[in-house]
Amino acid sequence: MTSFRRTTLGLGVALLVMGLAAPLLPKWALFLVTIAIAKGMVALGLLLLMRTGLVSFGQGLYFAAGAYAAGVGSQALDLGDAVPMVLLGGLTAAAVAAGLGLLLARYRAIFFAMLSLAFSMILYGLLVKTSALGSTDGFNVAARTVFGLPIGSTLGRYGVYALAALCAFGAAVGLDRYLGSYLGRLAPAVRDNELRVEYMGASVRNLVHLNLVIAAAMAGVGGALTALAVGHIDPEMAYWTTSGEFVFVAILSGTASVAAPFAGAVLLELLRSFAYEHAPNTWQLVMGSAMLAVILFLPEGLWSIFRRRRRAAT
Amino acid sequence: MSTILAVLVDGVIYASWLFVIATGLTLVYGVMRILNMAHGSLYALGAYAAASLAGAWLRAGWAPMGSYAMLVLAALLVGLVVGPLIERGLLRFCYGRDEVVLVLVTYALFLILEDVIKLVWGVESYFIYEPYGLLGNVEMGALSYPVYSAVLVGAAVLVGVLLRIGIYGTRYGKLLTAVIHDREVSAAMGINVNRVYLVTFTLGTMLAAIGGALTAPTVSVVPGMGVETIVLAFAVVVIGGLGSMQGAALGALIVGLVRSGAVHFFPQVELFSIYLVMALVLAVRPRGLFVAAEARKI
Repeated sequence: MTSFRRTTLGLGVALLVMGLAAPLLPKWALFLVTIAIAKGMVALGLLLLMRTGLVSFGQGLYFAAGAYAAGVGSQALDLGDAVPMVLLGGLTAAAVAAGLGLLLARYRAIFFAMLSLAFSMILYGLLVKTSALGSTDGFNVAARTVFGLPIGSTLGRYGVYALAALCAFGAAVGLDRYLGSYLGRLAPAVRDNELRVEYMGASVRNLVHLNLVIAAAMAGVGGALTALAVGHIDPEMAYWTTSGEFVFVAILSGTASVAAPFAGAVLLELLRSFAYEHAPNTWQLVMGSAMLAVILFLPEGLWSIFRRRRRAAT
Repeated sequence: MSTILAVLVDGVIYASWLFVIATGLTLVYGVMRILNMAHGSLYALGAYAAASLAGAWLRAGWAPMGSYAMLVLAALLVGLVVGPLIERGLLRFCYGRDEVVLVLVTYALFLILEDVIKLVWGVESYFIYEPYGLLGNVEMGALSYPVYSAVLVGAAVLVGVLLRIGIYGTRYGKLLTAVIHDREVSAAMGINVNRVYLVTFTLGTMLAAIGGALTAPTVSVVPGMGVETIVLAFAVVVIGGLGSMQGAALGALIVGLVRSGAVHFFPQVELFSIYLVMALVLAVRPRGLFVAAEARKI
């Protein structure tokens, strides 16, 4: 069985389990998983960038762009259903990245990180000052239907959850496919030595640009899903600390598997809800220490624990 | 006319505050290749320490002029205690790793320090206004400025001059320059690179803390005050060129003037004008104003 088939099968089983578990889960758990999946989408995009050797401290830009596009779309274009809202979010974020990528794709290492941070702070500044979009308060977002089912109905309650799970499944399988393709395999080569890649006739800048757009589209979908799940959006989504949290999830999960960012995000959200209840003032302390421990002792991310064991077994 | 004067004066005051903070950031990057995301937290630490020490001094009823000494003392203490603690306790295990990894390490440190500050000082805000008003005001045309602002500008100039003398005029500064150019060759020549790193990071921490301590009387010291400062300091050093002292000075001036111009003429763009300038500068000079392009290694 090829690695791609194995990943698809594994993700399919995960999707099935999530579907079967839905009626058993309490409301808070449904919400938690939905949010975790939405954030996992952003981290999945970061995984692609990290494979290319880039760390973005500005994914909050696309996250917020997706959320605001979904919110504005539902009001201005009168989209009642959640599915087109999420699509709109992803497309808007991708369009933003396609534009900014013309500049961003020329930068590497910390300059890339700083420039992406600057762009996300520009959007934050814009949103805070735009009273039509609610300034610092943001505004409420709600879909009337999901897949045509009214939100209030028995089945509709699981709508956003199901939508998030399907998006995650599609994105993970798609990205896995992409990583195995010609372009996807160029990414680690760019990370190792981009000049050699150019000597072999590939355009590094185009590849980086494309990966930026893909990562942004995922972040946009994640933002739109978050907007639907929470029912509210505010400029804080574009602030650099939000982007830092995505980087945290990506570091925690590592770049080994497309499933890792979702596992990492669920872990983070679980930890957060417990920490908020028991130790609200030491939450960041725990997060920072965990991140340090992972960077120092598990540079490949938490997922590499499974991997090592598998290698030892064979 | 008076508006232009106000823009200039406000800009210079803001720039001198930024310069003190940014110069510590750029020094640490220049020598150690660490872009310190925790720099803003060190700044906040300085502000908290200053508020506590100067506050205690004033409450004890001693001569109010002594509170200025307390501000400086607080910054030096933070630098001497926290700097070596972080460098010896954490950073020295990470030397030689990728620059981006070090950004992530210091980001984790930033998260930890934010909570440590909350644990030590609590979540309420601290005020020490006395040193701010103590020196009275000075009239500039139709405008009135507190003399304390002039102290800030003077402190920034002093920091700049001292650093310049320290780096270009002393033996230790020459060792530092050697380490900046090539860490391994310097070590091979017998320079104690570890000690240079320790001194540099302590100095960088001290500069951040001085920035915080001198700001403490002008603002309320609250949790999260380092969060915005760090991205401003990034903008300054990225505009000027990472690792360049002149760059930090020019970057601080540009950012200071742009911000005060935006505040006076286009208040709706104030928040993002700085980042817009940063993006524009990077678009034209990808490595900042004062850093030459580097040859790529095959």
